[in-house]
Amino acid sequence: MHWNSLADFLAMGNHGLYVWGSVLMMALLMLAEPILLRHGRKKLVARLRRQYRAERSEARRNSQANPGRSKD
Amino acid sequence: MSNRVINWFRYASPQTFYPLAGQLIPWFWALAALFGALGLTIGFLLAPTDAQQGEGYRIIFLHVPASWMSMFIYLVMAFWAATGLAFNTRLSGMMASALAPTGALFAFLSLWTGALWGKPMWGAWWVWDARLTSELILLFLYIGFIALQAAIDDPRRADKAGAILALVGVVNIPIIYFSVKWWNTLHQGASVSLTKAPSMAAMMLWGMLFCALACWMYSIAVALTRVRTIMLERERHTDWVRALLADKE
Repeated sequence: MHWNSLADFLAMGNHGLYVWGSVLMMALLMLAEPILLRHGRKKLVARLRRQYRAERSEARRNSQANPGRSKD
Repeated sequence: MSNRVINWFRYASPQTFYPLAGQLIPWFWALAALFGALGLTIGFLLAPTDAQQGEGYRIIFLHVPASWMSMFIYLVMAFWAATGLAFNTRLSGMMASALAPTGALFAFLSLWTGALWGKPMWGAWWVWDARLTSELILLFLYIGFIALQAAIDDPRRADKAGAILALVGVVNIPIIYFSVKWWNTLHQGASVSLTKAPSMAAMMLWGMLFCALACWMYSIAVALTRVRTIMLERERHTDWVRALLADKE
């Protein structure tokens, strides 16, 4: 272990602001990216399922309205 | 030989690539966490103080991997762009689009950590120096690529336009890499290069390499996740996407 105390570690030889500023931004973005991706994916899947359901029910309505043409 | 070629192209179809990517993603996350823990432990807890830069040099463990990734992702993106133009495979354009945001993220992080490193060492957040300026251009190339693709409605045309931009922009990568040799810059020379022994302590080198590996694994995991979403979106009219989403209802 290179450090004598936690305070030493946090101070980073008077460069704490710069070192931790870098760490913080990198951690923030590398956490945010996968979270946003996951969120976007869930939204897309929900949208597609809604769309497919709407298409299916429309197809059913059409076949009930025109039973003779259902095999078109 | 011909069999191998056919097998290779099999995975160029989104339908076969989608489940394969889904199986691989957790492994890349696990590796990213492992290498990241190793790299950060070595870099921030074990590595010695730098003789010239004190403790501030530890930004290297973030800055160098981020910069490497920003350049390397661009090369991979340009490779997929070229493949897409040459073979007209659907997957290529999707891969290029999936890589661009992650590349932009690392280009931004490279500039951000660089600014925070430059301030204590050079006394300036930013200088219009060859290395810094060409890295900024790289960020703009990524943003330009994303904006261009977003502006074109037809995905296949968006792929083609983006591919040409990506290929033209590739010229910037050697400029970034060799900028510290070609011009007199404030930026320090390469810490690690293929041609000479590394100019740093072994402990620092290992820390940096593990952090770089972590960024690699992260990039692969994120790019595969994004490409799967792009696949669903673009292939939403196909039977395989319908079947896939119907199963989980």
